[in-house]
Order: sequence, then structure tokens, then C-alpha cells
Amino acid sequence: MPNTRISTAPPTAGLPAVPIAELPAIAADVLVIGGGLSGTWAALAAAQAGARVVLADKGYCGASGVAATSGPGHWWVPPDPEARAEAIRQRMAIAGGIADPAWMERILDITWTTLPTIADVYDFSTDETGTVQYRGLRGPEYLRAMRRKIHRLGVRILDQSPALELLAESGGGIVGARGLRRQRGEAWTVRAGAVILATGGCAFKSRLLGSHTNTGDGHLMAAEAGVDFSGMEFSTYHTVAPAHSTMTRSMSFAFATYYDAEGREIAVPPGDTTRTLARAMLEGPVLCNLHRMPADIRERLRRVQPNMMLPFDRSGGGIDPFTRRFPVLLRPEGTIRGSGGIRLADDDCGTAADGLFVVGDAATREPVAGAVSGGGAILAAWALSSGVIAGRAAAARAARQGRRADTPARPLGQAGLRPARHAASVDPRAVTAAVQAEMLPYDKTIFRRGPALARSLSRLDGVWSDLRDHLDGEGAATAGETVQARESAALTAVARWCTRAALVRPESRGMHLRVDAPASHPALARRLTVGGLDRLWSRFEGPAPQPLDNPATPQAGAA
Amino acid sequence: MISLVIAERCTGCQVCVRVCPTNVFDAVRGGPPVIARQQDCQTCFLCELYCQPDALYVDPDCETPAAVSAEEVERSGQRGSYRRDSGWDEWAGDPRYANEHWRMDQIFARARALS
Repeated sequence: MPNTRISTAPPTAGLPAVPIAELPAIAADVLVIGGGLSGTWAALAAAQAGARVVLADKGYCGASGVAATSGPGHWWVPPDPEARAEAIRQRMAIAGGIADPAWMERILDITWTTLPTIADVYDFSTDETGTVQYRGLRGPEYLRAMRRKIHRLGVRILDQSPALELLAESGGGIVGARGLRRQRGEAWTVRAGAVILATGGCAFKSRLLGSHTNTGDGHLMAAEAGVDFSGMEFSTYHTVAPAHSTMTRSMSFAFATYYDAEGREIAVPPGDTTRTLARAMLEGPVLCNLHRMPADIRERLRRVQPNMMLPFDRSGGGIDPFTRRFPVLLRPEGTIRGSGGIRLADDDCGTAADGLFVVGDAATREPVAGAVSGGGAILAAWALSSGVIAGRAAAARAARQGRRADTPARPLGQAGLRPARHAASVDPRAVTAAVQAEMLPYDKTIFRRGPALARSLSRLDGVWSDLRDHLDGEGAATAGETVQARESAALTAVARWCTRAALVRPESRGMHLRVDAPASHPALARRLTVGGLDRLWSRFEGPAPQPLDNPATPQAGAA
Repeated sequence: MISLVIAERCTGCQVCVRVCPTNVFDAVRGGPPVIARQQDCQTCFLCELYCQPDALYVDPDCETPAAVSAEEVERSGQRGSYRRDSGWDEWAGDPRYANEHWRMDQIFARARALS
């Protein structure tokens, strides 16, 4: 019989408390938290290595995560040494001096050899010459296939099961996690020899397609385990979408022509779309049409990307985006197609916490993308490869050290779950809105300035201390409210790390533009680590900085 | 944002309750699920893909709930259009809805050549 814990509602909730049944702990070798692209690849690799794997997804493994709504086209270069070297050279040239060619080579190789191994569950297309096309997959079909694949291998999938917190043994090693089955009013516990965070990046609920559940939960859990972050200043990538829509499918916009409110065409310099459009959008509405798209591509657009035309087909009796002008906006991607995330401590995608691994967009992508966005291609290759690497390493660790299911463990969750002081009324929706007010406006994130960043950080620190002291997620009336409270804490934490990093990198590099420091300094071609929960800290990695009296010429906007 | 569960078409299978990444539906025993948390909808349209009787309609406006009726959706021809265009279920193998996603690279290359 499961124990029954009676939650106490916060005094202001005015709703009856709902009993949450604590389910008996599940023992596993490897627990994967998050069932998107990187999480399913991690689960697959761990299961193939012989581990007993549990995967917990906040929503549904198969529909969750940004890959499920898009169309990952992996970084795909044949194993010809010259072709690989050239591909890596091109990426290193724009990476802002902080990427790692050895990591790039590794993910090219793993992606090339591994992606075709799902041909039993994914119906790869063949082109007119009969050649199988492995590189690009449709998101919903890809994730449905990955679910089938891991299910066949015996991975136990917990859907609608958001993780709330990690569990640590007395030495600090991570031995599992705890969360809710939110549709059942039950709490799950998984004890495992290793835990893999595959919780995605964080776009601050910007309505970027498929990103609503990517609230930085894994980042917060990692920080509570003493783990830090790298590259959080590289969190300013944006994608165009029709206004009022989530449809951030960029392919068609490669043919876009943009206009200001007076109907004048906006000149977009190559490689500088985001900043050019953002400047125009800060002045007024921006319109777009796709008349430059050739007729044969228009004709097959729905077969390439079936969701792309939905905002047009379903608005006002149908809008023809090839002849009519329609309003557009930029959806912030935060750390999703940014490159910052949880810092890697080793080549196995391990973190600074013993037993804790990180994959996909939850991890820093600086090794493979540097200071610019990896775009869909490198990020898909990274999701796959980091999943394979961490899955194998986690399985090996569990085989070495056992599941440690009987080791005494303590839950690590703090902010948003257990108030540091007395429980009091804190509205998670107001917290989220306060975070968004600092992280979504283009003039605060795309065009950064020191004083404005300092003000943002000060406001976010205030939001954090209030929710840390008083927000009682565990005492909320429903599982949904508990999750929402914890998400609001995670959003705030990620916003603070991004803002702190942006503030302490006093230069511009890659996608990080400091309007008040537009040059790149050679001495700062180094990774920046940030960490801390209540008190943030930061440090540049690598050799001691050179004097800053010889700034380089400004970089072209490479983002 | 999710706008409609079309009761006359719904078989009560509750698959949308299971697959929604943001948990907007509540299951109803023996009947159509209810849209319990419309504001949590992330407008990803994936519930429509998994709904074989095409009993769901997601409006593309992700900010404001749309006032749209089942009759209007029917007249627009948009009911089930995403599942059909994706070639799922009974549409699999129909060349009109073949998966040509692999052409994405060529299309990007042609855009670069035009600019």
C-alpha cells in the first residue's frame, strides 16, 4: 500500500488539499529525465548497453520537446577526412574561439554511424536516384519512432510525470529523483545508479514552437546538486514567426521579404536578420511576404513541412503568404537554440555532481557550436550524440557501482518546492510574468547594455528571494500547481544565470551583443562559468586574462 | 490554441489526454475529454496528429482563444488537415501526402542561391 501524504494548502489557496499518494520507489540502473530527442537517444543507448532504464517525461515521450514539433536535419558529413575537416573548419571560423574541434569530430562520427540504426522504426525517404536520405527527419514521426524503439528495448516510460527534484546520498552523489504523476495525484520516486538530465533548454515560455514545457527544470535541479553552467550569455537566438502564432519554422523565411509599416522594404544584410528585424520591430510593425519562393517549392511545401502553412490556412478564411503581406515577430529561443547550459565536467557528458549526466539542449553546446547558435543541424547531431555518449557512460557507471537503491538519500529540492522561510502567497504566474518582462523584450536581450542588465538582475534577484522564502509548491492544492510553482522557480533561476553571464562578459561575441561594448576582446575568447542559487558567482575559464587595452575590431553579427 | 473537442466525432479514446505535452485535457469516463486548461496549450497541433477521428481543432492563434464553431471548421476544410497532410494513419502511402521533408536542405540551398 502506498503511503498517503496529505498536502496542506497555502493559506490563500482556499481549495481543499488533495492527497498525494507516494508510490513505492522504482529501482533502475539509469533514470532519464526528459523524453525528447536527446532523452530518447540516451535511453536507447543505455538500454542497448544492458541497463534497466526508466524515462520520465513531463508530458508525453513522443510529443514533448522542441524536436517533436520541428524537423531535425542533422549535421551530416560523410566519413571522408577532408570533408569532415572542412566542415569543422567552417564552424570553428564562426564559433568565437570557444568551440572544440575534437567534440565536433566526435558528434559527426556518432551521428553518421548511429542515425541509420533506427531504420526499423523510422521510414527514411529515398530521393529520385533511390538514395536513402538519412539526414533530415520529420519531428513528430522521429519522436514517435524513438518511443517505439525504446519501448521495444524494455525502457519503462513514465508519461505526464514531471520530475521535481534529485535525490542525493550523503556523499553528494545523485542516486535518483522524485516527481509527480500529474494526472493521477501520485508521487513517483526512482532510485538509480545514474541520472541523465534531458530536460531541454529554456525559452522562458516565449511561445516558441514546442517549448512551453522547457522551463529550465533540469538546470535548477542540477544547481541544487552543486552543478554550474557555461555559456549562459549565449542565449539570444530568435526565430521569425507569423504574428500571434508559434510557427517558428525558418525554412520558408529564407525566401522572405520584409517591410516596415509604411510599406518600405527592409534591407536585411546577410547573416544579420535577427538584429535588423528586431531594430525594425522596436520601431513598429514588420510585415512579410514569401513571393520569392519558387512555385515548385510552394506546391510541395505541405509535403516538406505539413505544419508550416497552418497559421495561414486557418486564419480569416485563409491567407496567401506568397501574395499578401502578413505581420511577423521574433520568438526568443533563450538557451534552446542558444548554446549555453549545464557545464560538462568530462568527455562522458558527466557533470560536477557524481552520478549526474546531461544531454541535449540542457547541456552547454559550446564545444560544438561556440558562441553562435548550432542551428537545427548541429543541435540535432548534438542531441543524438550526447545522448549516446551519456547513455553508455551512465549504463557503465551503474554496472560498476550498482543501483544503490538502499543507500539513504535526501531530496534536494528547495526553491518553489519548500520555502526557506514561512509559506506565504506567491503567485507563480506573476513570477513567470516578472521573468518574462526581463527576458523577452528585444531591447533587453538582443541589444544588451550593462546598466540595463544590472537592473534586470536586481529585479530577478528580488523575485528569486521572495519565491525562495515563501513559495510553497509542495503544499499546493493540486499536482499541477506544485509543478507550476517549481517551474516558476526554475525560470527565475535560469533568467538570473543568463543575465549574470551577459553582465560579466564585457564584450560582444557571437550572438551575445553588448551595445555598450561592441568589440570582441581576444583575451575573452574563453568560456564563462556561472553558478549559485542565492548568491551567484562567475569566472572565466582557461588561462589568466590578458590586459584589455588592445580590443579587437568588432565582429560581424554572426548570430 | 486548442479550441474544440468535436463531441459528435470523438470516440472517447482519451489519446489526446495522454499525448498532450502540456496536459490541457481532462479525461471523462465514457465521453469526450474536456479542455480543462486551455491557457496551457502550446499550440503545437500534435494532438490533432494523434486524433484519428479528427475530433480536435487547434486554432493557430497562440495568444487569444478563438471563438470558432464545429460548423465553421467543417466548412473551412481544415478539420483533420494536419494529420492528412502529414500522411498519418489511413493517409500513409498516398503520394499526395508523401513525406518530402528530406528536401529541406535543397530548399535552403535554393534560397541562398536566389539571394
